[in-house]
Amino acid sequence: MTTPAIETTNLTRRFGDFVAVDAITLSVARGEVFGFLGANGAGKTTAIRMLIGLLAPSDGEATVAGANVRTDPATVRRRIGYMSQRFSLYDDLTVRENVELYGTIYGLSRAEIRSRMTELLERIQLTASRDTLVRQLPLGWKQQLALMVALLHRPEVVFLDEPTGGVDPITRRRFWELIYATAAEGTTVLVTTHYLDEAEYCDRLSIMVDGRIAAMGTPAEVRAQVGVSTLDEVFLTLTRAVAAP
Amino acid sequence: MSAFRGLVRKETLHLLRDRQTLAILFLLPVVSVLLFGFAVRTDVRAIPIVVVDVAPDAATRALIARFAQSEQFQLHGTLRSEATLDALFQAGTVRQAIVLPTETDRRLVRGERVVVGLITDASDPNTGRVMEGYAGALLRRWHAERAGVAPSGGVSLLTRMRFNPTLESVNLFVPGLIALILTIVAAMMTAISITREKERGTMELLLVSPLRPSAVVLGKVAPYVVLGMANMLTVLLAARGVFGVPMRGHPLVLLGASLLYVIASLGLGILISTKAETERTAIMAALAGLLLPTLMLSGFIFPLEAMPRPLWAISHLIPARWFLTIVRGVMVKGAGLADLWRELAILAAMSVALLGIGIRRLAIRLP
Repeated sequence: MTTPAIETTNLTRRFGDFVAVDAITLSVARGEVFGFLGANGAGKTTAIRMLIGLLAPSDGEATVAGANVRTDPATVRRRIGYMSQRFSLYDDLTVRENVELYGTIYGLSRAEIRSRMTELLERIQLTASRDTLVRQLPLGWKQQLALMVALLHRPEVVFLDEPTGGVDPITRRRFWELIYATAAEGTTVLVTTHYLDEAEYCDRLSIMVDGRIAAMGTPAEVRAQVGVSTLDEVFLTLTRAVAAP
Repeated sequence: MSAFRGLVRKETLHLLRDRQTLAILFLLPVVSVLLFGFAVRTDVRAIPIVVVDVAPDAATRALIARFAQSEQFQLHGTLRSEATLDALFQAGTVRQAIVLPTETDRRLVRGERVVVGLITDASDPNTGRVMEGYAGALLRRWHAERAGVAPSGGVSLLTRMRFNPTLESVNLFVPGLIALILTIVAAMMTAISITREKERGTMELLLVSPLRPSAVVLGKVAPYVVLGMANMLTVLLAARGVFGVPMRGHPLVLLGASLLYVIASLGLGILISTKAETERTAIMAALAGLLLPTLMLSGFIFPLEAMPRPLWAISHLIPARWFLTIVRGVMVKGAGLADLWRELAILAAMSVALLGIGIRRLAIRLP
């Protein structure tokens, strides 16, 4: 339990001359809810893709759930869950069929799939709709279901890439309750968001600007570092500092 | 492997839930069989021909020389008897044969009537008719020269169309349709279904899983093999039921060749999906890059013999060309493994190569 859930040292990704992620170093403890913030194009998605083993780093090291993403991406993939910013369940399959598909992909037995499906669907009160096509569910429910599917194989670390995009405030709140419940069970959560009020819910957060980490710490620490009173101002100050000529 | 079965099940459900597409995929074979009742006529060059000359003399040598010099014919040689003629036709080595009588020169000099046999491979009826016309014209010119300006006896041709005596054009288009439909189902649908997952972001989720990319791809394409074979049987049954298209060879050879062709098409579909970012691009690429060559360069509509040299050379790279030769051979000529092993081997090599390259490219492209 002493090793961090995510640890990177000078993690870098270049595309030709462009440096998308520039030597980021961070450490996320187990069971932590870590906010991964930054403007569009700041390099968040590239960084996450390296951490989940979809993109090889150009430089630096990263360890996720105890496995090196460069040398052992297969182990990383087995131990993590991922919910992408685009809604990524199959519309034309039912709730149950989606859950079963991901269960078999992660090598769960039939009995395991059945018991975890019952548990997860109860948690989001979707049990009655288990034979409904996902297409027919409201967006908020779809997204909660996507989170449950990402947690189906009990990953050590779960990556949520803008999980609350486009949903109403009540559903967002409900979603964050699920995130807390997940972290309380010991699962580490790395979440990206555009909503700065959500960032306040995180245990710690980092703000990426132009491929670098411009600020990192608890929400209070970050506000103090920049010397402003809200995360909104933190964000604007940091991104403007770079945008100025 | 239960993950593989999970993927196949999921892909099958996609197919079954998309009722409209499914309906199109099953109506397409039937409708096209009914629609393609026309054929395209064109001229032919370098027809492989053999002359059966039981009693060579000055006149027959002159005729053979004419065939050897003609651009329209490719003289395969002369035979002393008709014994091996069947085998040559069966294997497609020759497509036309001239059978000369004895004492040709003497008959001509005497002004007697000369009866010449002209046998033509009519498994492609248009080409067959054209070939017959060419050979007939050449024979008449030869006769006019040998017998003088005003031939008294004349030359009469005893013509026979082989394999397809009634020149049914259904026999021509059914094999082509099978190729076309398998291309649509296997290549286009594969390309569409992979790019759809890329576009919607679900592919990312599959790739973040512990599954190897090759397993993901194989699980996705497996149901299309089944669908393709079902479609092929639909075409065959429709063609048989409506037009009475023959099945002279062994159906297993046909099924085997179809399986190879489906695999090759799947490989092409996967290759398209490595480049195409959207479903629309995938459809356009499949239409322009696969359907058109399958239609134009496989010998389906335009005879290979009539193609300009560069296109004829390119046609060798098109799986449909070899598949078509096999299907026509089996259905119309009753050819078997012994006659078609070369085409089957080429098709098998193509399917293994295309599927392998496709999976490897996609696996590299996706992360």
